Amino acid sequence: MIEVLSNSALATIQDGGRHGYYRDGVSRSGAMDGVAVAVGNALLGNDRDAAGIEIPMLPFSVRFDTGLDIALTGADCAAHLDDVALQPDWAIRVHASQVLKLSAPKSGCRAYLCVGGGVDVPTVLGSRSTQLREGFGGHEGRMLQKGDRLAARRTESVLPEGGMGAMPVAALMPELGQGANVTVRVLPAAEYELFRPEAHDALWSGDWAVTPQSNRAGYRLAGPELQLITPIELRSHGVVPGVIQVPPGGQPIIQLADAATMGGYPKIGTVIEADLWRLAQARPGEKLNFQQVSYEDALAARHELDRCLASIEAMAMRVRAAAKGWSR
Amino acid sequence: MNDHVSLRGEGPQISLLGTTGLVFEAPGAFDLGNQQRIWGMADALGSWAEVREAVPGMTNLTILFEQPPHDFRAFRDRLTSLWASGISKTVAGRTIDLPIVYGGTGGPHLLEVAELTGLSVDEVVSIHSAPVYTVYAVGSHAGYCYLGGLDPRLFVPRRAVPLLSIPAGSLSIAGAQTGVSASAGPSGWHTIGSAEVTFFDPARNPPSLLGPGDSIRFLPEKVVS
Repeated sequence: MIEVLSNSALATIQDGGRHGYYRDGVSRSGAMDGVAVAVGNALLGNDRDAAGIEIPMLPFSVRFDTGLDIALTGADCAAHLDDVALQPDWAIRVHASQVLKLSAPKSGCRAYLCVGGGVDVPTVLGSRSTQLREGFGGHEGRMLQKGDRLAARRTESVLPEGGMGAMPVAALMPELGQGANVTVRVLPAAEYELFRPEAHDALWSGDWAVTPQSNRAGYRLAGPELQLITPIELRSHGVVPGVIQVPPGGQPIIQLADAATMGGYPKIGTVIEADLWRLAQARPGEKLNFQQVSYEDALAARHELDRCLASIEAMAMRVRAAAKGWSR
Repeated sequence: MNDHVSLRGEGPQISLLGTTGLVFEAPGAFDLGNQQRIWGMADALGSWAEVREAVPGMTNLTILFEQPPHDFRAFRDRLTSLWASGISKTVAGRTIDLPIVYGGTGGPHLLEVAELTGLSVDEVVSIHSAPVYTVYAVGSHAGYCYLGGLDPRLFVPRRAVPLLSIPAGSLSIAGAQTGVSASAGPSGWHTIGSAEVTFFDPARNPPSLLGPGDSIRFLPEKVVS
């Protein structure tokens, strides 16, 4: 079992998301940084979408009371297992009574603790993710609290002695933009042409600050005002993670994992699926830049990310298989 | 250039949501006839290989891709043909009665709506509670029902800045739409009343209390102005 030692708010159990219930209004939920969870799962030999713990507010610590395979991915948060420093994107066998401590991250803002087989919580409507708004899924449908005890679905080890790591995905994927800002790629959406030309210029060339009013449901941005040529009222329609809505106030909101499934504000664009993990690691105060892409570019980026994850999975499998050979 | 969205004109408008899905907007009126065509399309799309889910909206439909189509133009043409086939679905739904407290702490924007519409508070309440509303779509949050049938005299624009949270049971209106929140959450609409009802239970099958084609009648229990 894993015992949560921190009362650090906002940590939740998340997997690859809850799919197939959009027509009941159930948002996707799932890990904000799906790539980080996939890498953790790859190292541990889990299914790509197995459930891990998403930790957005640090410090955070847990104690293990059994031997367990764990992987730490996402934001680099200077993790220590007892007194020993752990590398980021690293998987290791932990033993009973060891304590894992995560500190405030040097970069990024969400860390993921994955465990052998994934976290053992009931599957509700096809997923183990925490549905925060409705209060179901995950651990009792809520954020984790001090004293919560969680089990892993597998306790035997598959890892080599001393553990194993992966290259950071950021180093394997193309670097976007220049400087300190976080650049993500955006495909124009239905109402793009209804915005003023100045709004188009501002969208592609402006710096967009992630405001403190940002969470798993969405990021509210601050930057130049985006105005329509004439105001419109849309009929409510489906909205997905990545959609950039612009309320009449002119300051955009990027809809994310826990966002409403339908909305009616004009959509100027959509951050492409392949870059949602980059958004997940942008913290309040950081600035975003948007880079325009075509549907074909967005498809290619999706394939590229998928190939990258598949190669990490294959590499991890080879290392585990080799380690098994050594120990025989 | 503008391939992410078909041109605005007489026909349906189809626009991409990145590579996650697309929105199909029916041409024409916001009425039950058009909505029944959307329900018909959603059923038919259930068997398309590219489609993970086809989700009815308000005279529109959102497709979530199982796999995004390589040839978006060809996919768009198939959708347009399906719409043109005139496929439609009627639902013999049930009607529930929902007691409402209009105004007060559960309906903080009732006065504002009266001012925006130039009506008295009592007129807003009697106009709002007169129709039997059809559930056009379920979405936004789990179990939430989008209703058709709001009287045009109550059409008001959405709020300029959305509120961070309104409670479960909040009755609100915006544009040509009205509905009751199934759980607490953010909203860009005007909240004019409140009800006590459980719209969604993940342990129930189906989890939503109401589906497209069911109806709601609002019964004014009290008006606080």
